[in-house]
Amino acid sequence: MGRVGVVFCLCERLGDSVDKKAEGIQETIEKEVDFNWLATHPGVCTKWGIDFLIKAVREQKLEGVVIACVAPKSVGPTLKKAIVRETNGTVLTRCIGLPVGNPEPSTQSETVETLKRSLDELRNEKSPQRAGPSIERAMVVGGGIAGMTAAIDLGNGGYETILVDRLPSIGGRMLQLSETFPTLDCAQCTLTPKTVETGQHPKIQLRTYCEVEKVEGKAGHFTVTLRRKAAYVDWEKCTGCGLCQEKCPQKTPSVFDRGVGLGKAIYTLSPQAVPNKPVINPETCRYLQEGKCRVCEKVCPVDAIDYEQKETFIREEVGAIVVATGFDLYPLSQIGEYGSGSIPDVVDGLAFERLLSASGPTTGEIRRPSDGRVPKEVVFIQCTASRDPDRYMPYCSRVCCMYTAKHAKLYKHKVPDGRAYVFYMDIRSTGKGYEEFIQQGMEEEGTCYLRGRVSRLFQDGEQIMVWGVDTLTAKRVEIAADMVVLATAIIPSEGAGILAQKLPGVETDVHGFFTEAHWKLYPVDTGTDGIYFAGCDQGAKDIADTVAQGSAAASKVQALFAQYRNETSPEAQGQR
Amino acid sequence: MKIEISEKSVRNEIARTVEWVSGQNLFACYQCGNCTAGCPVSFAMDLGPHQVIRYTLLGLVSEVLASNTPWICASCLQCTSRCPKGLDIARIMEALRTVVLRKKERLDHISIVDLTDDLIDRTPQIAFISGFRKFLS
Repeated sequence: MGRVGVVFCLCERLGDSVDKKAEGIQETIEKEVDFNWLATHPGVCTKWGIDFLIKAVREQKLEGVVIACVAPKSVGPTLKKAIVRETNGTVLTRCIGLPVGNPEPSTQSETVETLKRSLDELRNEKSPQRAGPSIERAMVVGGGIAGMTAAIDLGNGGYETILVDRLPSIGGRMLQLSETFPTLDCAQCTLTPKTVETGQHPKIQLRTYCEVEKVEGKAGHFTVTLRRKAAYVDWEKCTGCGLCQEKCPQKTPSVFDRGVGLGKAIYTLSPQAVPNKPVINPETCRYLQEGKCRVCEKVCPVDAIDYEQKETFIREEVGAIVVATGFDLYPLSQIGEYGSGSIPDVVDGLAFERLLSASGPTTGEIRRPSDGRVPKEVVFIQCTASRDPDRYMPYCSRVCCMYTAKHAKLYKHKVPDGRAYVFYMDIRSTGKGYEEFIQQGMEEEGTCYLRGRVSRLFQDGEQIMVWGVDTLTAKRVEIAADMVVLATAIIPSEGAGILAQKLPGVETDVHGFFTEAHWKLYPVDTGTDGIYFAGCDQGAKDIADTVAQGSAAASKVQALFAQYRNETSPEAQGQR
Repeated sequence: MKIEISEKSVRNEIARTVEWVSGQNLFACYQCGNCTAGCPVSFAMDLGPHQVIRYTLLGLVSEVLASNTPWICASCLQCTSRCPKGLDIARIMEALRTVVLRKKERLDHISIVDLTDDLIDRTPQIAFISGFRKFLS
């Protein structure tokens, strides 16, 4: 590379001692750093700042420029685009951060180090010309509502899309829900049309029961290796008649039903599963565990059962990837004060969804897991393992206030002579129609809200003793409950961290959520062009926000394809 | 103090009577405290008006009925005019007074014989009539 320049943006946000600081750092830089041109400007992000940069680049015949300013994540892409546009993509840029306020000398030396690193990177970077247009196929990892939305949008845009899910069928968490706030729409009625549309879309190829093994390449040309797990059923032959599931003698607590219902060893997630093909769980299958049974093989009318099936690997070439791996709930087993999951009638929110669901293990009747009795006093505890920086998760899980209000309401509809109590710290109902929903639950359904946390709960005979407080009356509260529902924290789904390590340049925060390129301006972008995310893998959010992110990610992918299509288009070079 | 809460205590008979007499839904209360904040006489009350609603709802009846709050209430309607949920808190106070006054034993909250001549001279008749209605069984 030829000449490289450095520009310091000294805007007022740097603090009082801008000039002094600039002097100090300039001295160090002039001594220690190897560059061809150095300048300062009071605001490079403005129009005249950009004009200044472009003029300088031309006059100084620079081939690379490093810009140091206080907001590199938001300013960087804009400057990069402008310079690419004006120089036909021949000049490379890097944007690095400057500390706000009056930094210690140590942060100054850090800045100098970052600057040196960036200059080295610039010098080593190859020509910005791309190898060619992007492969106009996309991959969506995760078949929940976010992934399906992204896949449908991409398919409708005319792009072939591969939808990957590690479960046998698509639908994700929403498939487990009964009704959804704030409209009390049946979740299945909202979801099934989407799963069916995804399954039948001519542009969408389903790759269920698959996990991402390896990702190579960069925007426009990714090679993804998928591992198709052994289903022990030949899906080519299987007609989805369901006879095998009916006859399978093995019943164990179902993961899908969160342990409040039983499932067979050969299963589909729901009768409306897309694709409607079963898999055998090798951990519970009698034949695969003990070598005896083979009932499913005997009853299958098309000989689709294949106990010898092995996992296979599939390579897919795609231009962009949308990651929508969703969430899990904080495990009850780790919450000691609430019984560590050992009290059968203390369940989490998703388990209660299964009890409420018409397609759930109780066909929608509220029955205690322990003895099947209808509970008359049900306590809901919000912020379980959320908003507890000391022991659990510091963040607010965003949906618990709403789904707890919904649970209390639906419970009251099903058990009119029962009483629902909700322990809460604050009620956060920020979506459209949400606050009204909460108020309606209090006023019309008589949900008894108690402001405070529950310190502990324990089995007391047939009941569960709940020790809490109502800080509004400043009194300790004791409730002998029949059932307790914990609104446990939303955490990234298992394996999200491992997936992040496989994706080049994709980072996660301390809790395992994917980190966006910019908090506000690039909310579905990862640090890498061509990889986007949507939904709860980026942070807790409700269905409406998740769907919005799914569509946002899909539009980003389409913009990427369009920009790559015209290789000479200068805009394409500065794509973010 | 610890309280035990159950289906029997929440919205118990007294609470339902208060709701019936006042026509107000106690569950509608936000517990925002605007009534107590704006009440010109809340400084003299044992419990703020919002606390009275909360106690009644949770079934802490003896504490509510023993409190001086409904008797200090001047029915100025400041609380009613400012309640964000449109609750008529003055009516709830009136209902609580009624609950106490309509018990079998007389529980007068003023003694007519103790009124001084000077007070009788200075006070408009309408004030006596409303006062007797408000404070006598």
